Amino acid sequence: MIENIPIPGINDFDKIFWENCTKNIFSIQHCASCDEPRFPPRHMCPRCQSIEHIWKIVSGSGQLWSFVVPRPPLLPYFEKQSPYVVGLIQLDGYKNIRIIGRISNSDNTTQLDIDNLKIGSAVSINFHKINSDISIPFWYLDS
Amino acid sequence: MFKDQTAIVGIGQTEFSKNIDSTELNLACKAIKLALDDAGISPDQVDALGSFTYEETPEFEISRNLGFGNLHYWSQAPYGGGASCAAIGQVAMAIASGIANVGVVWRSRKRGDPSSRMWSHTEKEIFDHWKWSRPSGLVRPVDESSMIMRRYMFENDYSREDLSSVALNLRKYANKNVNALMYSKPLSFDDYMNARMISDPLCLYDNCLESDGAIAIVITKLSLAKTLSQQPAIIHAYSQGMSQEHSLMTDYHGDNPLHSSSYVTAKNLWNQSDFEPKDVDVAQFYDAFSPMIPLSLEAYNFCPSGEALKLISDGFISENGSLPVNTSGGSLSEVYLHGMNLVVEAVRQLRGSSSSQVRNAKLSLVTTCDATPNAAILLRGDI
Repeated sequence: MIENIPIPGINDFDKIFWENCTKNIFSIQHCASCDEPRFPPRHMCPRCQSIEHIWKIVSGSGQLWSFVVPRPPLLPYFEKQSPYVVGLIQLDGYKNIRIIGRISNSDNTTQLDIDNLKIGSAVSINFHKINSDISIPFWYLDS
Repeated sequence: MFKDQTAIVGIGQTEFSKNIDSTELNLACKAIKLALDDAGISPDQVDALGSFTYEETPEFEISRNLGFGNLHYWSQAPYGGGASCAAIGQVAMAIASGIANVGVVWRSRKRGDPSSRMWSHTEKEIFDHWKWSRPSGLVRPVDESSMIMRRYMFENDYSREDLSSVALNLRKYANKNVNALMYSKPLSFDDYMNARMISDPLCLYDNCLESDGAIAIVITKLSLAKTLSQQPAIIHAYSQGMSQEHSLMTDYHGDNPLHSSSYVTAKNLWNQSDFEPKDVDVAQFYDAFSPMIPLSLEAYNFCPSGEALKLISDGFISENGSLPVNTSGGSLSEVYLHGMNLVVEAVRQLRGSSSSQVRNAKLSLVTTCDATPNAAILLRGDI
């Protein structure tokens, strides 16, 4: 099994998303023709089939739609961190955009009070730098 | 054109074990021969094959070993737990349309060894859809299923106590099935509540077994089926289903993530069928994880959204309940073979040979994985 965190590979249709993440900017892909938002990013608009797209910068804030607390057996990188929290975040301003991300404290260092974590909690975004090309978004509870 | 034109006429299975000292090809050959013997059909009559894209035993090796006739059709269905009924339905379509006469569908898998867990082979750089989940620590199928279940429990005010009834019911069925891996291992409520968590809120007993084995079935046209010795399990209706935003194991991005592709499959299946949910005598719902059973009960319209766990807690799926479910113990307690054990149990119920036989069972539903693009078949015992 791989020892380190698996990292997202960059494809042509999500290159700008990841570039923005390295600048601590969160962006959502929209169709350049009909403005339909889509996540995860992809080549074509499922509404009007245009391949032209733009990226809109958003706050990344949202609500905790659900979460899990994985326990071993896990990949070694995550097993060392278990118990940790992965959430599905319902992004503010969009009807159907839900994004998977780690739920942590704002500095991404201290343990969460998992027993008191609540679905529906307001969360804000931050970024975990992996290397010069990749920062992975994570979310923290608004205090 | 399709309805009631074909039937499952043979079933075969190897031993089930945590570790069988044999190859997947060897196990596949044994299961297929047993299924053909059960049907009373000679291998040289087989001219169609159906399997899983995840199946590692190729059609030509199967054919060379079994001594099949000239093959006229073969196909593979994708998405692991979503595949069994799709592979069966595709072979049945080939036979119903006259392209082929006798088909075999099989699954052979050595999944008992922990090193065979698919997630454990995660690459260090991920280019496919999993790039949006695995780097954040949502690594295993159980984590993806657990995410949905916590929300379901939150919306409908359910607890782990309520969920326990799924695993406990299936274990009781397994305790009556001598071929089930958990045949001699009772499971108590306390065992369940004290079990270690795998992906909170799901614990060890909400997960399928890790096992080795092979299962095969034989399908032919109804006119031939009626000349054979076994009671045919007539394939009455079949559909696949995939909603627009479904990924491989997550359907988080549609209007309602609690309504998976099962709703697509179910709607078309009932449209193809002369029957309604209330007519079904016994059901086999795909159960890699326990949440899939209540979610499937709702998707296939056996009860309103949000009520399934309450019904299950009240005995709905138990031996004396309104709809006995996964009556051989299912993937949680019999064997995990991507749901092919559910298919053969559905056939046994129509033959009257289940270890937890539903009296006078005439209509038997089999579904596949609620968390993936999937399929279902509706089988009837007579016509």
